[in-house]
Amino acid sequence: MSRKYLPKVITSNHLLEGDVIYFSKDGNWVRNIAEAAVFHDPETADARLAEADKQRNIHVGAYLADTRIDSEGRPEPVHFREQFRTLGPSNYFHGKQAGA
Amino acid sequence: MYNYNEFDHSFVRARVEEFRDQVERRLSGALTEEEFKPLRLKNGLYLQLHAYMLRVAIPYGTLNCKQMRQLAIIAEKWDKGYGHFTTRQNIQFNWPKLKDVPDILDALADVSMHAIQTSGNCIRNVTADHFAGAARDEIEDARMTAELLRQWSTDHPEFQYLPRKFKIAVTGSPNDRAVTRAHDIGLRTIRDAEGRKGYEVLIGGGLGRTPMIGKVVREFLPKEDLLPYVEAILRVYNLSGRRDNKYKARIKILVHETGIEELKAQIEKEFVSRKSEFPGVNPDLLQTIERDFSPPEYDRLSVDDYVSRIAHDPEFREWVKNNVARHKVPEYGIVTVSLKPVGGTPGDATAYQMRVMANLGEKYAHDELRVSHEQNIVLPHVPKAHIPQIYDELTKAGLATPNLGLLSDIIACPGMDYCALATARSIPIAQDIAKRFDHLQLEQEIGPLKIKISGCINACGHHHVGHIGILGLDKAGVENYQITLGGNATEDAHIGTRVGPGFSSEELIPALERLLKSYLKLRKSPNETFYNCYNRLGMDPFKEALYPHLKTKHKERTGH
Amino acid sequence: MSKIVRDHGFDQDNLKEEDFITLETLRKGVENPVRLDLNNDENPDELQPFFCWVELIRISFPDFNDGRGFSMAKRLRQLGYQGVLRGQGYLIADQYRMARLSGFDEIEIDDLLAARQPEWLWQNQALKKKLSYQDRLLKTG
Repeated sequence: MSRKYLPKVITSNHLLEGDVIYFSKDGNWVRNIAEAAVFHDPETADARLAEADKQRNIHVGAYLADTRIDSEGRPEPVHFREQFRTLGPSNYFHGKQAGA
Repeated sequence: MYNYNEFDHSFVRARVEEFRDQVERRLSGALTEEEFKPLRLKNGLYLQLHAYMLRVAIPYGTLNCKQMRQLAIIAEKWDKGYGHFTTRQNIQFNWPKLKDVPDILDALADVSMHAIQTSGNCIRNVTADHFAGAARDEIEDARMTAELLRQWSTDHPEFQYLPRKFKIAVTGSPNDRAVTRAHDIGLRTIRDAEGRKGYEVLIGGGLGRTPMIGKVVREFLPKEDLLPYVEAILRVYNLSGRRDNKYKARIKILVHETGIEELKAQIEKEFVSRKSEFPGVNPDLLQTIERDFSPPEYDRLSVDDYVSRIAHDPEFREWVKNNVARHKVPEYGIVTVSLKPVGGTPGDATAYQMRVMANLGEKYAHDELRVSHEQNIVLPHVPKAHIPQIYDELTKAGLATPNLGLLSDIIACPGMDYCALATARSIPIAQDIAKRFDHLQLEQEIGPLKIKISGCINACGHHHVGHIGILGLDKAGVENYQITLGGNATEDAHIGTRVGPGFSSEELIPALERLLKSYLKLRKSPNETFYNCYNRLGMDPFKEALYPHLKTKHKERTGH
Repeated sequence: MSKIVRDHGFDQDNLKEEDFITLETLRKGVENPVRLDLNNDENPDELQPFFCWVELIRISFPDFNDGRGFSMAKRLRQLGYQGVLRGQGYLIADQYRMARLSGFDEIEIDDLLAARQPEWLWQNQALKKKLSYQDRLLKTG
């Protein structure tokens, strides 16, 4: 029995800045997970990941991350690691949570 | 301390230029990410969870005050105003941008510093006793050996692409403050029957997912044989170490799978061959190193003010008791500045605090600072006459926490707040422990205790050798913390034993509270430390404290 | 096609695959000077009795992250091998200096790599050979 496929986003780190980025519908990279393209089936997800992976002059180490869709239809991370990546560290108000 | 000569300067500058060029070639596509990654790692640059991280080498943990000030400038100019001192006696900056890194490396080179070989599958920055040159029990200043090894291992053409990273630690004292038994090579300065100085050589120690205590491979190695012998170990390892599985690639696995006797035979054979053509180390160089590490000219100032302040000021007395260690010169003390304020991040210092420490070192302590593997800063040579002023200045800068060797003097890796490999967070756990026991006012009562926290199985937080070790894991998408007890990081190094199932972050602090309160009840006297009490009584009473609900079930079950 | 990298730059490779023999063939005995292919998991010590028959040893680098070849070269030189030492396979320009300092004379790379990492990169590395801590450490004369 296969488990229900969790919607995916493609995420990576920016080559120059090093920060967390997400792959958008139009094939660009954005910094907010809410603007990320969401894939609901493994075929599309893998195909887009292959496409994203080619842009190695922009980012380092793209992969698929599980998401759930919030009440406003936007993706949010499932795993705590991915949640931290949308925020920043917990000991200082640095990183994405600080808007930088 | 060691002073760069012209060669060191030109080498480090050339290396910065080389890295600048490598960054450009990565951006242009001439280097792939796969090719660039080991190159950037060999220059200390990681890509972490939220950003790049630059790990700057502080060879054997020694730096002067000008260097500390430069670190403060780097923290402000290219980072977020602070730095993180690590268990490898280095400093990490958590927020550099790739394009700025060559400039940061240039700024480091301005003060005879670099980030070379602080990462990657090569011989890492050599670590040593942070009390070297000041300790009473010392046979020799371990940094002379460490500096020789630094030069020998830097950019060693044969050993830049080893099966895995390779760490060497040196102690010049019988009391091991450098955890030599948990390194790929541990060197302990000893004397033979004739009184000649040499080394006991240990190999195959290491923590990580398969923790092992190093084994003696040579009982006495004459000093002049150091380089050919270490080279022999590295060559055998480079040729025979496993490359099929990164978790089995450290030399400890080779020792384990080959057997120490067989491996020793291979090393000795290689050593004999290498030694026959080894011309010896340039005596001028050895002399320079010896001169650079000769002790400072000690001022024999009156200790009256110091003694009277101890008598009249209980807070000062408390701090001195914990944070000032005996120096080999009676009029001196070794001051450890705690980077573990209650609720703070273990090992972090702001640029302002770095400057405070640099100023104190320059004004009162022969222009020398050390980074300890326990993530604190040491002023190794301080006339007791100046200790009261130092204490007052440290207090103003929030650096006078009197907790050395106590519960809140916690080693913690950066964990999932920063590290891409982590499986759980470490820093908030350290903060919560310190805050809880501060609230209970039990820290002084509990006395000497080493708590060490790692945020993943790689064990950068040394949890295996903590009296209480905490390992953060990802258990089905939730942070979960396993406790080990009875580890030891000294000359009697010992791997702790896992007690039982892990705890959620909410359950962990109450569990530790039960554990330590039961220790207070179980100990024979206030002089019996947690570690000694554990060794006397064994695991059972502590396990019952951690898992009270198991107490009744225990009898029903067999085994476990 | 391959390029041979030497300190002065790229040369065309004039040798063909059939010009090389394996360690197994060498063990059976040879009558003329030979060129030998050595995999990086083979034991260089075995070669010592045959040194007078071998004019070139080619050590493979299946991956640039696998540094066994550097130690093999060092050991062969230590054992007294004086013929040509060639590294072959996946080595990048940034490793050329290490290879030379470990005892290699030349590196054989394929044309694809040669296009991506052009001649001047390797030449630059060759110029930096003197910047070595290890040489400085040793007693001279």
